[in-house]
Amino acid sequence: MSNKIIHWFKYASPQSFYPLAGKMIPWFWALAAVFTVIGLWISFFEAPTDVTQGEGYRIIFIHVPAAWMSMFLYCVMAAWAGIGLSLNTRLSSMMAQAIAPTGALMAFLSLWTGAFWGKPMWGAWWVWDARLTSALVLFFLYIGFLALQAAIDDPRRADKAGAILALVGVVNVPIIYWSVKWWNTLHQGASVSLMKAPTMATTMLWGMLIMSLAFWMYALALVLMRVRAIILEREALTDWVKNLPEVKGNAQ
Amino acid sequence: MNWGSPAEFLAMGGYGLYVWGSFGVCALLMIMEPILVSKRRNAILRSLRREHLAESLDKQ
Repeated sequence: MSNKIIHWFKYASPQSFYPLAGKMIPWFWALAAVFTVIGLWISFFEAPTDVTQGEGYRIIFIHVPAAWMSMFLYCVMAAWAGIGLSLNTRLSSMMAQAIAPTGALMAFLSLWTGAFWGKPMWGAWWVWDARLTSALVLFFLYIGFLALQAAIDDPRRADKAGAILALVGVVNVPIIYWSVKWWNTLHQGASVSLMKAPTMATTMLWGMLIMSLAFWMYALALVLMRVRAIILEREALTDWVKNLPEVKGNAQ
Repeated sequence: MNWGSPAEFLAMGGYGLYVWGSFGVCALLMIMEPILVSKRRNAILRSLRREHLAESLDKQ
């Protein structure tokens, strides 16, 4: 049996992905900065005061992007983990590992900003509502994934265990998404959905979408930065890493 | 424009604590994360360079 990896895509190997990721990172940072500036401008200066929630509703401009990213990143993480599990490709598992901390951060931010929104609007920082509880479960899934990976010494075994956890946890994502429909929740229903016209003012919608793009670009930049560090850590013994200019170049 | 003065902007119509509590923590964490990742990269690069130096000394 040959050990040769089938090159489905040229960039499926850490060696060729590493420099490509390095080239993409500054672009994603630049885009993140541009979208953040425009998004924050709209959030605070263009979007009008909400009739019922006053200025407090402005939390939406980070709450919704963080919540969307937490769910989306989970799906991407589970997909990479699943590919790594089934095809045994090194880079896929590294990607899953690189996504998890950023996903956990997004899940935390969605809970945190949600609490700071819930307190003035509902009078409580936290309620055991279906939406909030399932979002908390998502945060714990990220933490569980990270803890499991950290607890197993052999990285390839850690990848496999993590992948199974990530794949089982995917069931939670649609539960979060439709929780406001399936159960009687305190959390409001979706303001933006694929099925019907959004139920919010156009400027507010634009602010939210541009802030979401900013979060996207931030997440892409961060995940690529982290995956590059992971590649170096895991491939430390390979010749291509030893011959990298940043390793060879200025050995003091 | 929604705000008459900087003080009005900070007050956020009485929701200052909640709005800035959200945006502040969000900004803080999103500044911290790239710093931590850079540190992780620098740590592995340092050890790789040390390795490289040790190998080149061995050869001499």
